[in-house]
Amino acid sequence: MSGPNTDYDPVEVTPLKSEEVESARDAALAAIADAADLETLKQVRIDHTGDRSPLALANREIGALPPQARKEAGQRIGKARGAVNQALAARTSVLEAEHEERMLVEETVDVTLPTDRTPPGARHPITTGSELIADIFVAMGWEVAEGPVIEAEWLNFDALNLGPDHPARTMQDTFWTDPQDNGIVLRTHTSPVQARTMLTRTPPIYVVCPGRVFRTDEYDATHSPVFHQVEGLAIDEGISMAHLKGTLDHFATSMFGEGITTRFRPSYFPFTEPSAEVDLVCFVCRGATVVDGTDGPVTCRTCRGEGWIEWGGCGVVNPRVLRACGVDSERYSGFAFGMGIDRTLMFRHGLEDLRDLFEGDVRFTTAFGTEI
Amino acid sequence: MKAPVSWIREYVDLPAEVTTEALAARLTALGLKLEAIESPRDTITGPLVVGRVLTRDPEPQKNGKTINWCTVDVGDANGTGEPQGIVCGAHNFDVDDLVVCVLPGGVLPGNFAISARKTYGHVSSGMICSAAELGLSGEADGIIVLPADAGRPGDDAFAVLGLDDEVIEFEINPDRAYALSLRGVAREAALAFADDGATFTDPARRATPAANADGYPVVLDDPEGCALFVARVVSGFDPSATTPGFIARRITQAGMRPISLAVDVTNYVMLEIGRPIHAYDADKLTGPIRVRRAAAGERLTTLDGTDRALDTGDLVVTDDSGIIGLGGVMGGEPTEISATTTRVLVESAHWDATSMFRTGKRHKISSEAGKRNERGVDPVVCEAAADRVVELLTTYGGGVAEPGVTVVGSVPTAAAITAPLDLPARISGMPISAEATIGALEAVGCTVTRAGDDLTAIPPTWRPDLNDPYDLVEEVARIVGYDQVPSVLPTPGAGRGLTRGQRLRRRIGRTLAGAGCVEVISFPFVGTAALDQLGLPPDDPRRRAVRLANPLSTEEPFYTTTLLPGLLRTTARNLGRGAPGVALFETGSVAFPGDRGQAPIYGVDRRPSDDELAQLMDAVPDQPLHLAVVLAGERERAGWWGAGRDAAWSDALGVVRRLAAELGVEIDVRSAALAPWHPGRCAQVTVAETGALLGHAGELHPKACQAFGVPPRSAAVEIDLDVLLAAAREVVPGPEFSTFPQAKEDVALLVDADVTVAQLEDALRDGAGELLESIRLFDVYTGEQVGAGRKSLAFALRFRAPDRTLTEQETGAARDAAVAAAVERCGAAQR
Ligand SMILES: [Zn+2]
Repeated sequence: MSGPNTDYDPVEVTPLKSEEVESARDAALAAIADAADLETLKQVRIDHTGDRSPLALANREIGALPPQARKEAGQRIGKARGAVNQALAARTSVLEAEHEERMLVEETVDVTLPTDRTPPGARHPITTGSELIADIFVAMGWEVAEGPVIEAEWLNFDALNLGPDHPARTMQDTFWTDPQDNGIVLRTHTSPVQARTMLTRTPPIYVVCPGRVFRTDEYDATHSPVFHQVEGLAIDEGISMAHLKGTLDHFATSMFGEGITTRFRPSYFPFTEPSAEVDLVCFVCRGATVVDGTDGPVTCRTCRGEGWIEWGGCGVVNPRVLRACGVDSERYSGFAFGMGIDRTLMFRHGLEDLRDLFEGDVRFTTAFGTEI
Repeated sequence: MKAPVSWIREYVDLPAEVTTEALAARLTALGLKLEAIESPRDTITGPLVVGRVLTRDPEPQKNGKTINWCTVDVGDANGTGEPQGIVCGAHNFDVDDLVVCVLPGGVLPGNFAISARKTYGHVSSGMICSAAELGLSGEADGIIVLPADAGRPGDDAFAVLGLDDEVIEFEINPDRAYALSLRGVAREAALAFADDGATFTDPARRATPAANADGYPVVLDDPEGCALFVARVVSGFDPSATTPGFIARRITQAGMRPISLAVDVTNYVMLEIGRPIHAYDADKLTGPIRVRRAAAGERLTTLDGTDRALDTGDLVVTDDSGIIGLGGVMGGEPTEISATTTRVLVESAHWDATSMFRTGKRHKISSEAGKRNERGVDPVVCEAAADRVVELLTTYGGGVAEPGVTVVGSVPTAAAITAPLDLPARISGMPISAEATIGALEAVGCTVTRAGDDLTAIPPTWRPDLNDPYDLVEEVARIVGYDQVPSVLPTPGAGRGLTRGQRLRRRIGRTLAGAGCVEVISFPFVGTAALDQLGLPPDDPRRRAVRLANPLSTEEPFYTTTLLPGLLRTTARNLGRGAPGVALFETGSVAFPGDRGQAPIYGVDRRPSDDELAQLMDAVPDQPLHLAVVLAGERERAGWWGAGRDAAWSDALGVVRRLAAELGVEIDVRSAALAPWHPGRCAQVTVAETGALLGHAGELHPKACQAFGVPPRSAAVEIDLDVLLAAAREVVPGPEFSTFPQAKEDVALLVDADVTVAQLEDALRDGAGELLESIRLFDVYTGEQVGAGRKSLAFALRFRAPDRTLTEQETGAARDAAVAAAVERCGAAQR
């Protein structure tokens, strides 16, 4: 608070004398107009409207006037004070606007300064990719089933019609736990989750099973002993290969865009009959087999000019599997499919080296953010 | 399976205009998947000609090698008719041999351009080629010596070598063993082009001499293992007879190497008809041939020179001298065909596929014969195949077929399959008529009869894979065409969506990423070294791990019990690659052996009972889902805003608290000592409500940091997510809060250094009573003013009543009560 202005000697204003009131008013208006900043204006406000200002003092004297003179004096003084207050308000808002404008200019910062005080986090594309796939199926009314990765041999093989002599059941393909005859393996596919589902639930069953699987593969740009798979299983009355095709077409289109559909080729898997390899329309040339090169059209490298890319395996669930898992194979039929999540992501994101997914370089993972 | 197109066409009259690509595409659609088309003209350009070696002068060189300076008659191919001088490093040829020469101007595979060049003191005008140099086979074992009748000097060698003939390589699925022969491939080709009128001529259909009593004596002791044994003998065989060009060429095209006429002929017939044949030197056989299972302790040196201990499951061929072969898999050395063999016994036998597979696997023998025998060969062609071998041996080897014909045993007939007539249409989802269904099955060789709404199919002898009604569905579907399957979305009922656990796990991942942590996925294998690096004591439960029988690396034989080693290694890798700091997290299962015995192997003809299933699932090791976080190096960056900050123990606790808050789980934190954490900076975290152990968080032990190559003071978390998820609040109750004014009271309390913030806070909270809205530590002071062994903790207490503005007296009383409790319970003194 600033103290009383001792330099200022208030002129006494006689409330009845209009010229004195007007002169006090004019002095106030002039001072207001002259005030160059809010600080000055504050003092002007005290001087001209404060308790000791001429108009305030004059106002105070009104009560001492004879009743007949009070009204006129009151009106005169009130009018003058009104004019002064109005001018003050107007000047205040002008000066405040000027002040604000100046402040905003002064406070300008360089908005290109870095703001990366805390580094960003990210989720792994295999995680978010698995979720994306799960969401595509959940949106169709399916459920996501899961199971242990260290699994009973019977569930990983026998229940799926991979008999004791199936070539996959060797040390060359499967990680066995020690001792090898204890009936426990690292699952070689997510199919045991399907078996568990059939064993513990009654149809209709529509489940998708993403997860980590193990095979004693070499570790290179396109193979890994630890990888990820998504399998689907539908068991219901009247299920056919047509439903399998419809489901995979929808899946492919959801993952890779309109026009990317699937093709079936006869194949062999013990757990399905009939069985098919499922190919995907090449998402690079979109089946055209050629793409634009720098010197004109060249054969598409992604599909090697075939127009199609191998995606996974599928088929109608072998009734032997249904039987081992307690599903009435006379009443129900089913389809199953499986493909590599890692491979699917390599396609979708143009990844060159599978090992990037497992090296954990934050520069790789951070690029994918928290959703893909 | 590599099939030369010319050989396929020998058995199926495909229209001339059908290209190799079109043939391969149609066969792929039928289930014989195209792997590659080999066309030598793509990689070799002429002049590639037949030459006759005129002179061959060996010249030893200073480098120890001996080269041959040769002159070769190449006819007019060199434009002069003069002999061509060529230096050759191989020695497997002689004067007068026919060889293959590439002349200057030619280009061999690998863009290898040939020109006349000076070498070893001669001008070598071209090259005498090996099979490998022409890209014909993988091994370079000398140059190609052509059969004497292969052609004349100067002839274009492309035709002689069959290089004009394209070869289709197919991937043959295990159920289509019949397609491991030209007979099978041609049969499929006829199916593929049936609409174009293509018909199949069966190379195995031939008149064979009837069995008689004069054949070589054979006894089958194990008719299940060997159901049929056909033996024929060719005598007067000329062991020096060379393999005719077409046989050498075709088996080379099929990926096998020509060896000798007798061996090449058996391989040729195996490729042609699909039936593996074994040839014995009949003069080395003593007494009758007998087929039986091996007895315990028996041994055999197979013709690859390996001495093998036999298993009682192995099928062996014996004579009076003992075991002479591993039946259907590999012969023994003593009775093998040699360069002096003049009497050949041809064995064409039908072996049990399972026994073949087991023997091959047991002895790690992988051969072309084994590949066919273990997948199932047409049992009916034994006699035809033997007869074809005899025909070729006598034609090109100069011998005569002995009149004796041995046929012992008989082949089982295929069981009929009965199925609803509409099953193929229903299961394939294609509108296939009854007539089309029967037509398709007949096209693949089934004998079909119809009875009402059912059909009965007897599979052809070459299709042992057809056993079930659904097998017939696949046959019908592939004949109609998989490309005809319509695309129809199934209509499941309303789904339950993601489970709560699945949704919470997504939430945990997002929360951690939001806190600046980057997710990684590591291989879940660990070795003792890493557990030592963590500093785990010998009795730590994390040292009891599930061991793998065949680990990727013997250094890491366990399925991991902790996610920290993988994360720490990835941390070090990132820091080594220049990251100033990293915060990594991983969620994944770890495993602890359950010691609950073996997991049983049940049958598959029925569902196991609930008890059996429970026993099975109980034997599977416990695999809790863990979450681990490692924070190392710079956590907040330095910048124009000021200094940065390295990760510390508190960041680890911060992550845990943030997760717990996100899931609505109240946790208790107390100090603990557990490797690999710093014993004074490790927190044990439990679920407040149940006391269940969540895990640990804090600063890593300096030794652990050093062992893994991460900076000192790196921090880590490892918690059991299953425990956290189980404790997660299901439904958040609507919070009640007051809008009356808040009253603030700050108190500073002096306590002994070993009193924890949590203890003091609990005391203050209990003392303050219901009016306390929140309490928060805002300052910790140690130093001279409070004295050694003491510390000052300053708390901000915030009071509020639900129904009124608090008076100063009320607030003061609550504060005093809080302090009084702290004094009483923690020995605190107010500053
Ligand atoms: Zn393409």
